[in-house]
Amino acid sequence: MRASSRTPLTTRLWAFGVWSVVIFFVLNLLGLIGSVVTSSFATRWLGTWFPAGFTWKWYFAAWDEFQLGDVLWVTFEVVGWVVVISGLLGVPAAYALARREFPGKRFVVLLLLLPLLVPSVTYGIPLATVLYKVGFGGSLVGVILANLVPTVPFVVLVMIPFIEQIDPRIESAARVFGANTFKVFVYVLVPILMPGVLAALLLVLVRTIAMFELTFLVAGPGSQTLVVALYYAVFAAGVRAVQSIDAMAVVYMVTTLIWLIIALRFVNPTQIVARAKRDTSH
Amino acid sequence: MTVGSTKFETLRLEGVKRDFGTFNALRGLDLTIARGEFVALLGPSGCGKTTALNCIAGLLDVTGGRIMLDDTRIDTIRTEERGFGMVFQNYALFPHMTVRRNVGFGLKMRGVPRAEIDRRVEQVIATVRLQGQADKLPGQLSGGQQQRVAIARAIVIEPPLVLMDEPLSNLDAKLRLEMRGEIRRIHQSLGSTTIYVTHDQEEALSLADRIVVLRDGAIRQVGRPDELYAAPAHLDVADFMGYRNRIPGRVTAQDGGRVTISVGETAALIGRPCDGLVDGPAIAMIRPDDLEPTDAAIGIPATVETIEYRGREFHGLARTIANQELHFRSSVSVGRGETIRLGADPARVLIYPGATP
Amino acid sequence: MTDRGPTLTQRLRARGLDGVTLLVLPCVLAIIALFIYPFLYGLWLSFQPKDGTTMGNYDRFFREPFLYKTIWTTLKISIPVTILNLLLAVPIAFRVRLMKHQRLLTTILVLPITLGTVLVAEGMLFYFGPQGWFSRTVMALGLMDHAPSITHGYWGVFLSLLITGFPFTFLLTLSYVTGIEPALEQAAATLGAGPAARFREIFLPLLLPGLAITFCLSFVQAYSVLPSAILVGDPANTTRVISIAAYQAAFEDYDYSLASAIAMIMGAVQLVVVAAILGARTLVYRGPVAAAKG
Repeated sequence: MRASSRTPLTTRLWAFGVWSVVIFFVLNLLGLIGSVVTSSFATRWLGTWFPAGFTWKWYFAAWDEFQLGDVLWVTFEVVGWVVVISGLLGVPAAYALARREFPGKRFVVLLLLLPLLVPSVTYGIPLATVLYKVGFGGSLVGVILANLVPTVPFVVLVMIPFIEQIDPRIESAARVFGANTFKVFVYVLVPILMPGVLAALLLVLVRTIAMFELTFLVAGPGSQTLVVALYYAVFAAGVRAVQSIDAMAVVYMVTTLIWLIIALRFVNPTQIVARAKRDTSH
Repeated sequence: MTVGSTKFETLRLEGVKRDFGTFNALRGLDLTIARGEFVALLGPSGCGKTTALNCIAGLLDVTGGRIMLDDTRIDTIRTEERGFGMVFQNYALFPHMTVRRNVGFGLKMRGVPRAEIDRRVEQVIATVRLQGQADKLPGQLSGGQQQRVAIARAIVIEPPLVLMDEPLSNLDAKLRLEMRGEIRRIHQSLGSTTIYVTHDQEEALSLADRIVVLRDGAIRQVGRPDELYAAPAHLDVADFMGYRNRIPGRVTAQDGGRVTISVGETAALIGRPCDGLVDGPAIAMIRPDDLEPTDAAIGIPATVETIEYRGREFHGLARTIANQELHFRSSVSVGRGETIRLGADPARVLIYPGATP
Repeated sequence: MTDRGPTLTQRLRARGLDGVTLLVLPCVLAIIALFIYPFLYGLWLSFQPKDGTTMGNYDRFFREPFLYKTIWTTLKISIPVTILNLLLAVPIAFRVRLMKHQRLLTTILVLPITLGTVLVAEGMLFYFGPQGWFSRTVMALGLMDHAPSITHGYWGVFLSLLITGFPFTFLLTLSYVTGIEPALEQAAATLGAGPAARFREIFLPLLLPGLAITFCLSFVQAYSVLPSAILVGDPANTTRVISIAAYQAAFEDYDYSLASAIAMIMGAVQLVVVAAILGARTLVYRGPVAAAKG
């Protein structure tokens, strides 16, 4: 390759160094996840590289000990409601913010940015206090309400650039051809917005499954989601077999990963942390 | 020190190849460019013209052949050491720098003293007529002004070679004409060697000393604009040079500089033979401007489908019995549906070998 | 209503207030009810301490080392880890941007973000523990003759935040780096700028605003280290971060007033750091990072 012949040694060393760091990081990450998975199938694993034998029994044990059936059901209920409500609140708001200039718009945007800029523990404690005071503390409703705080602004901020890139003349054209507001919505806006909404809501879904702090602060015994149940299990490690906790961790991982894989079909991994990038054509 | 800081006599591309995986973007380009020349690389999109330019600039590595600046091999040196000036399609102005800093960037990178940078930047800003805009950011300028900054930035370093990648493609028609004149004026006043990539034959014809027509990664023809205009060496070059009428026929007579081909049952065309013409199938290429209604019996009969006024004359579209569309010019209006005969001055008709059946 | 002049609806519409604008209302009301109101309530509550004074909670916080030291503990973990994340993310993002198949790497890196701190902490306990693969490898390679003690201390929390935080910082940085028009770098190269000059003159000034945002968002992540500080740290001592203090006040001592005060202090400290960074950002260029177009 001629390209390498004119690349100076320092550049190649630098590249080598950078890739070494990446590979070291990825290897440890995979090792970390791998050891949880391996341990969950281990019969006995003490003082060796690999366990003595493999078994499924910890999954049954974990299912009973941690009432995983109930926990999973609660998790899906919470996630389902959070996804639906944040979509219903967030998408129309994003549409208005993308399409209209109105007094106080900057204020609204700031209001939506704040929950994403303040650590969840900071507002989670007063929020939990308020929810306990009005009687939602420890209940499913309380957990759902708490989880909406970061997800609604997230949907809005992901959707704004997506809506902005849709030419408003498309809507005008539909009106010119005689569609009323309702028909514009059903035949024009919904089909165009669908991919963006789907992507935003899938990201909400993945984030809500993994949302620990808020659920932890608000949930009671009957309203724990999987990640909170996992925390308590790890926290109280020693009471139960390590493998059984690992089995629960694997259940949690699989639940998250299924949705993550689905989400990645629609979005770029960078979008999970960053806003949707606008198409820039040259 | 950049190689480009020395004067040079010729830039030679010797069998330059560039592959992208299995795709051959350039299939062995041979080209020699003399100092002071304005050369246009012309071709449809995907023909490899921008690839060729990027290889010369060093933005792409060649995968075969070499590029020589006199006796120095330059395809192995990095872009920043070649010292060529380049004008990018989207201008690529640094958005965070003022016009002055954008233009002075190349000089700063060369370690030119501050005072001299200021002096030369001032001078070149005057050359491109941007006085008064020097302290603005690129985002505050119009398209034409940004274009001038991009040119100023490339020429201020007094490069041996200026590379331009479709610099006018983002401008509207009026501004494009104006900037075309500007580029010609700057080239003539500085005498810099320029390689100019474009897909617009009119731009190439009006600006270049020499045009290189590329197609599918290979050179189809090199010549002066008038040569290419009058005598394209290949059908596809002719097509690209505006010979829109492509009339298949059969050679009936060859007589030195003149060939006659029969078109359909009754009609015939006389024209200039091109390389490789033998008896048998042939294709006549005629510009719409050269095809006119005629009284001659051998004219091609066709029915007028549309006729439009273009100021001073009419342009029409007619269809032959063989269902072929012909674009023609007429000094008088002809009615729609009328059947007319079309013919052309033999000097303006090019006869190419036709596809072998 | 007269037939001269615009109607009220028309006048409102001219100012951008019509049916569509009203669509923001439900969302705004929800955020006010679930975020602004609790926050203000917490602020009010923090001035109602058990001892009946107004400033009692704040007095107590800044008097008791057990409480005020948590600020220092939190910053001592979160700021270095955020800086390290950023220092790693920038060069790696610059390499990865040249890659054709970034997707595999970005997908692997998105794993720890989506799995979250609890799972990473759980995995770390075993992987970095005395029996884990990491310790075994270190010993097998002869780098150390005993298992390194990583978990249950400062470095456990630090590593946990690196594992979940680095991918976050990296992906954010990558999206900023790839957002810069590649022709700008090429233009700089044709003008004679070598790799270092291109980074210094073109990329760095264009990236700084994005990096400031990245720093803030990564810092916010690292700042509320609750689960990892408890699970892989030393929550009674070296990793007793401010969120632990707030949590204990609320859910172990049931002193919601003190808990709110701690939460407010926590928010204020974080705000000071973020404001400092964003303030510095306004000193540099903030326009588009693509090439300007006409």
